[in-house]
Amino acid sequence: MQQRLKNRLGIMGWLGGGRYGMDRYAYALHRITGLGILAYFIMHIIVTGQRTGGVERWESTMAFFGSTPFKIGEFLVVLAFAFHAVNGLRLIFVELGWWIGKPGTPSFPYTYSTLRHRPLFIVFMVVAAVLMIIGGVDFYFVLK
Amino acid sequence: MRESRLWFWHILSAAVILVLLGIHMGIMHLGELLHMAGIGSGDPVDSSQVFGRSRQAVFMITYILLLGAGLFHGLYGLRSMFFELSLSKSLEKLVGGVLAVAGIALFLYGSYVAIVVYQMNGV
Repeated sequence: MQQRLKNRLGIMGWLGGGRYGMDRYAYALHRITGLGILAYFIMHIIVTGQRTGGVERWESTMAFFGSTPFKIGEFLVVLAFAFHAVNGLRLIFVELGWWIGKPGTPSFPYTYSTLRHRPLFIVFMVVAAVLMIIGGVDFYFVLK
Repeated sequence: MRESRLWFWHILSAAVILVLLGIHMGIMHLGELLHMAGIGSGDPVDSSQVFGRSRQAVFMITYILLLGAGLFHGLYGLRSMFFELSLSKSLEKLVGGVLAVAGIALFLYGSYVAIVVYQMNGV
C-alpha cells in the first residue's frame, strides 16, 4: 500500500510560496477562489429555486439581491471565476503535457519544470486579467 | 483506481463547466456590454427573460448538466482539500459521505426546480 506522508503545515502551507514561487501562489489562489465559487454556487441553487414560486416571488427575490453590496459580491465572483477558469485550463494543459515542451537530455544551462511552465503561466494569467478587465467594464456600466 | 477515475471525472467536469459556465457568465455578467453591441435584450435577470429561458428545453437540459458538473467538480475539489489535511481514514469516509449526500440532495433539488419551471405555463 502507498505510504502517505503527514501534512505538517495544514492549510497554513497555502500561504507560503517557498521555492515554487508564483505557481504555488496560483495554487493557493485557485483553492481560495474555488471555495468562494462553491459557496456562491450553493447559494445560487437555492436562490434560483425561488422561480418555482412564480414571477412575483422571483421579482421580490431579485429586488432583495439587486442592492449595490450584492452587485459588488457578484463582481467578485466574476473575478474569481475568471482566475479559477483560466488557471484551471492551464492546469489541464500541464496535466496533458501541452505547451511545456518535451522531456530531453539534461544539458547546461540546466532548465527545470517550473521554469518551463513559466511562459504558459504568464500567457494564461494575461488572459485571466483581460477577462477581469472586461468584467470590470461591464460592472462599471451596471453601476452607472 | 477509484481515485484516478474520480480525478478523470474532475477534469472532464472542468471542461464541461468551462464551456457552459463561460456561456452562462457571458449572458449573465456581460449583459451591459452585449446589449451595447446589439446582442441580447436588456436585463438578463428580468423575470420575462428568466422565465423565457427556463421554458426552453435546451436551457433546462444545460442547467441540469451544469448543475451536475458544477456540484461534482466543486465538492470533489473540497473533498481533496480536506483529504490533504492528513485526516484519519474514518474521518475521510465521513467527509466523503457527507459531501456525497449534500451533492446528491442539491442536484435533486436543482433538477426539480429546472423541470418544474420548464413545465410552468402562463407565467
